[in-house]
Amino acid sequence: MTEEDPISLGLDDTQQVRIDDTGTYPAFSAPVIDIEDVHKIYRTGSLEVAALRGVSLSIAAGEYVALMGPSGSGKSTLMHILGCLDVPTSGRYRLAGEDVSTMTEYELAEVRNRRIGFVFQQFNLLASLSAWRNVELPLVYAGVDRSTRKQRALAALDRVGMGDRVEHRPGELSGGQQQRVALARAVVSDPALILADEPTGNLDSVSAREVLDLLDELHHSGRTVVLITHDADVAETTSRTLRIWDGQILEPSSASVTGGAA
Amino acid sequence: MNLVETFRTGLEAVVSHRLRSSLTVLGIMIGITAVILTVGLGEGAQQQVGSEISSLGANLLIVSPGSSTSSAGIRGGSGSASTLTVSNADVLASKTVAPDIAGVAPVVSASELLTAGTSNWTTTLVGSNPSWLSVRGRTMTEGRFISGHDVQTHAAVVVLAPTTASELFGGRDPVGQTVDVAGSPMSVIGVLTAEGSSTTTNVDDQAIIPITTASTRIIGGTSRNNLSSIYIAATSSNTLSAAYQETDNTLLSLHGITTATSADFTITSQQSLLATATSVDKTLTVLLAGIAGISLLVGGIGVMNIMLVSVTERIREIGLRKALGATPRVIRRQFLVEASVLGLVGGMLGAILGVVVAIVLPHFISDPIAISAAAIVGSIAIAIAIGVAFGVYPASRAAQLHPIDALRGE
Repeated sequence: MTEEDPISLGLDDTQQVRIDDTGTYPAFSAPVIDIEDVHKIYRTGSLEVAALRGVSLSIAAGEYVALMGPSGSGKSTLMHILGCLDVPTSGRYRLAGEDVSTMTEYELAEVRNRRIGFVFQQFNLLASLSAWRNVELPLVYAGVDRSTRKQRALAALDRVGMGDRVEHRPGELSGGQQQRVALARAVVSDPALILADEPTGNLDSVSAREVLDLLDELHHSGRTVVLITHDADVAETTSRTLRIWDGQILEPSSASVTGGAA
Repeated sequence: MNLVETFRTGLEAVVSHRLRSSLTVLGIMIGITAVILTVGLGEGAQQQVGSEISSLGANLLIVSPGSSTSSAGIRGGSGSASTLTVSNADVLASKTVAPDIAGVAPVVSASELLTAGTSNWTTTLVGSNPSWLSVRGRTMTEGRFISGHDVQTHAAVVVLAPTTASELFGGRDPVGQTVDVAGSPMSVIGVLTAEGSSTTTNVDDQAIIPITTASTRIIGGTSRNNLSSIYIAATSSNTLSAAYQETDNTLLSLHGITTATSADFTITSQQSLLATATSVDKTLTVLLAGIAGISLLVGGIGVMNIMLVSVTERIREIGLRKALGATPRVIRRQFLVEASVLGLVGGMLGAILGVVVAIVLPHFISDPIAISAAAIVGSIAIAIAIGVAFGVYPASRAAQLHPIDALRGE
């Protein structure tokens, strides 16, 4: 194997990750995700539904983790909290060292913008914008100037093999191509965490394979990826699988010690 | 996200929904066109009335014999009494008595038959003094006006208004010709410049002779010293009320009347006529503008409706933008910009259409339409304000959407 250069994730110095030729990670890097006893209770009228009941988990920088569970298991709720789209009812959530469990809507928007790259089942590209205009969106909200945005968006599209279709609109692209554009959008701002929610759910097996290969590549280039899925075959491709059942993580923390084993 | 980016995003959203945006813009456009045209029609009518009346002299006071107040049954109406005399007019012309009066023209008038050769023409014969020309704000197109010497010598001279001149002489030059006025031959010394038709009287059809000539040779009898009216010009339109007071006080004391309510004369000003006419037009303008305002309101509700539809339709887009880091403030601004762009475009198109119609329409209707720059700028500002005002509610709805719910597209 060839020696790779150290890769900056655009994070603080303490969170930089060096990958050696064995594909393992330094033992004492700060976790990207650190969740402690998180509860989430939904109230509809007098009815209380506990979607999460004391979830604790830790995901280190550079890990590739699958979050698996059937519908109704609390998987989506956990994903929303991980993605800072929602806040826990109780418990603590540290994302890249920052406590986000008590943040305001405005602070959460900023955290999502800087720290998280989303990939959705429905791609969620804006139909009226070309591929590169879709990819630059997170940078627009980050206040990056226009020429830098275009440059970075084109580079990100190149990385996912869409460099020749930057001016295409989503409607002119296949499902697999759209999801690759969405992947480019997720990485364009160099986030600490890539959160992929059923990224292959709407794709045929060939396109799904391509997308999973891309996620694998991102993992190998040092990024932290959390993949939410209900498909065991998809979960197989990751280095660690967390199972969620009835609002709790099964087999907790046992796998985190050996995190990163490919 | 800075304002330029927000504006670009809003503009793109407007452009990407062309049909919907143009229908919304159409509503605003019609409203703005209606406002511009109604205000223009109102202003045009006011200007027309104003110019007609000021052509009679904005500084003019008219004193008529008799009282217009009818508190006592025994007194006759305005014009029916014969209380004004030439000596009254002479006193008013004195600068020491009335410093704010620039000129006084006592007038006797009667309808008389004029004959020149074989042509006959009945017109208003006016007997006055040299001040008449400046007091009535007229000019000569030919020859000269009556002089002080003419008045002193009871000269048999006449000045014709242009219509009268052409009726009597056709295309021939009337100056130096002789006209028979009620049996007395008089020589024509000048012709007045045409004034244009007024709504009330035709000022271009009359004949003016020295007042002394009129009272000795034409009118005669007991009423020879009684004036039909006295025209008074104030030194400026600002001193009109001072001139009014001076005229009122002087005439009251000359006539030995102690209480103003029992005055045997009436003073009217062109300004009071102007004020009445203007207020009627203003009422009309307000009424029409009110109707136009309602059409603007309907246009505004159209904007709100479209923006609400837009928010609902783009609920996933809003969710995505929020997931990617758009704050509620940014989302709100984006929708406000969209709404105000709709307003701005509608306002500008409405202003253009309004100006075009204002240029074309007067060829088909007799009323003038006055479009001022202020009306155009104002109505575009109103259109933007409507866009923003009716965009606030949809924009805040969009801003308050929860990113999860929005992403689910519920």
